[in-house]
Amino acid sequence: MAKGASIKLDHVGISFGDAHIVSNVNLDIRPGEFICLLGPSGCGKSTLLNAIAGFLPVAGTISVGADRVSKPGLDRGVVFQSAEVLFPWLTIRENVEYGLRLAGVPAKERREKADHFIGLVGLAHAADRFPKQLSGGMRQRAQIARVLINEPSVVLMDEPFGALDAQTREVLQGELDRIWRETGCTIVFVTHDIWEALLLADRVVVMTAGPSAGIKTIEKIDLPHPRDQGSAECLELFRRLRDDIGEEVKRALVQQGLKKEEPVT
Amino acid sequence: MTDATQGTMMKRFPFNLRLGPELSKILIGVASVICGVLLWHIASLYTSPLFLPSPVSVGQTALEMASDGSLFLAIGASAWRIGAGWALGVILGVPLGLFMGRFAVVRLIVDPYIEFFRFIPPIAFVTLAVIWLGPGEITKIALIFYTTIFIVTLNTIAGVNAVNPLRLQAARSMGAGKLAEMTTVIFPSAVPFMLTGARIAMGNSFLTVVSAEIVSAQTGLGAMIWTARNFGRTDWVFVGIISLGILGYLFDRAFRLATQRWFKRFLF
Ligand SMILES: Nc1ncnc2c1ncn2[C@@H]1O[C@H](COP(=O)(O)OP(=O)(O)OP(=O)(O)O)[C@@H](O)[C@H]1O
Ligand SMILES: [Mg+2]
Repeated sequence: MAKGASIKLDHVGISFGDAHIVSNVNLDIRPGEFICLLGPSGCGKSTLLNAIAGFLPVAGTISVGADRVSKPGLDRGVVFQSAEVLFPWLTIRENVEYGLRLAGVPAKERREKADHFIGLVGLAHAADRFPKQLSGGMRQRAQIARVLINEPSVVLMDEPFGALDAQTREVLQGELDRIWRETGCTIVFVTHDIWEALLLADRVVVMTAGPSAGIKTIEKIDLPHPRDQGSAECLELFRRLRDDIGEEVKRALVQQGLKKEEPVT
Repeated sequence: MTDATQGTMMKRFPFNLRLGPELSKILIGVASVICGVLLWHIASLYTSPLFLPSPVSVGQTALEMASDGSLFLAIGASAWRIGAGWALGVILGVPLGLFMGRFAVVRLIVDPYIEFFRFIPPIAFVTLAVIWLGPGEITKIALIFYTTIFIVTLNTIAGVNAVNPLRLQAARSMGAGKLAEMTTVIFPSAVPFMLTGARIAMGNSFLTVVSAEIVSAQTGLGAMIWTARNFGRTDWVFVGIISLGILGYLFDRAFRLATQRWFKRFLF
């Protein structure tokens, strides 16, 4: 199994035309680290993730391992928020085999590997079904298997569990934690859910409100797994993160004209 | 008591109870057709055969034309022109649409022509087609080809433009290059659009073939309908029209069956 790679963001800026979405982001991610990215809606989390995936041109440099990112690559798997990205004309197994098929892996080996990864995400019983015959949670599992089979050293996840119910989300969080341990890959995980971040992350990166969003704070979550969300440390971290993000959300609302500037007292 | 109630139920819903909903639907359709023919028959009793021939006489004419082979010759000629022109149009329209949808420059070059020609019915080109291609078979096939490729290309372009960009991103991040993007994402995404285009084009091919045959052909259903005028044979016209209806129905049926058989997984 491929080991996790380091990710280095060096003075990264991203713009769409004149709109500077993200500016001057510097971040060093260790190999095998689990990073959660938090911030107000619209600040540029997805944009930053897409840049690491190689979908967007950037100012500054993004490197994964020793290589500078310039286009998408098999070393960086991407799990999208919407399971719509599964190919509806392929069965779950065919979806999972997709990367290997492009790589020209022989059918037999492809199938064995696909079955392994389908089993890893608990979908063995649904391998021959089409995506539309699956529940939302099952589709996200399928998406994760489709990414993991390529043995990426970095997995980029954009609110992968955002659309799921609380119970399913909890189950999948547990499984992601297990899979992350088994594969040793580096994960960058965007979420709105502070508890989710506290459950999964080695470090939580909080972004400032856009435009020209940057990194506000980085919290190290130095707690053993599995984590007890009721513990004093966890509660303390939760409060800190909530306040940090709350501040930025307020700024974002002011900027969007949804809220009046509060007088500083 | 129970027997009696069941008996009345039987009388009230004879199809549903005895035959199941599917068969009863078909029977309703058949009954409707029989009623229609009956009305036609009654109407024909009060008019002259030149104005409205009776269904019986049309049936007899059809049998005569079938036994001397002329009906099948006409149907065959029209079916062949439609089949050939349509198939060619689909086979070339799909790659053309993929190509045009994918490359903005090509699209920009071709766009003015598309916008210009889209409102000109193919029948407007019959004269030109005869001048350029002669009065032969190729002229009719070319006109149907033109109808078809136009519609199929436009629909395929729409399909390419409707591709979910996230699916393209996903494919790229799993190692897809330009060619793989086309064959494994864009093409399958656009299949429903292509099929819709092909189906609409099938209908338009029928319009075109009749018009073309009326203007310039000795064979085919259109020619048959038109020559009937010279002999005052309204019954021929009816045979021609009914044959067209049945032929269209069969073509559409075959197309839908083939679609279900070979493209089912793309019809999400
Ligand atoms: N293709 C684009 N063209 C122009 N602006 C864009 C484009 N994509 C995103 N943006 C802008 O970039 C900003 C950041 O968007 P992004 O999707 O990265 O936010 P986000 O932090 O992921 O938000 P959310 O939490 O709601 O998903 C937004 O203001 C958005 O309007
Ligand atoms: Mg987002």
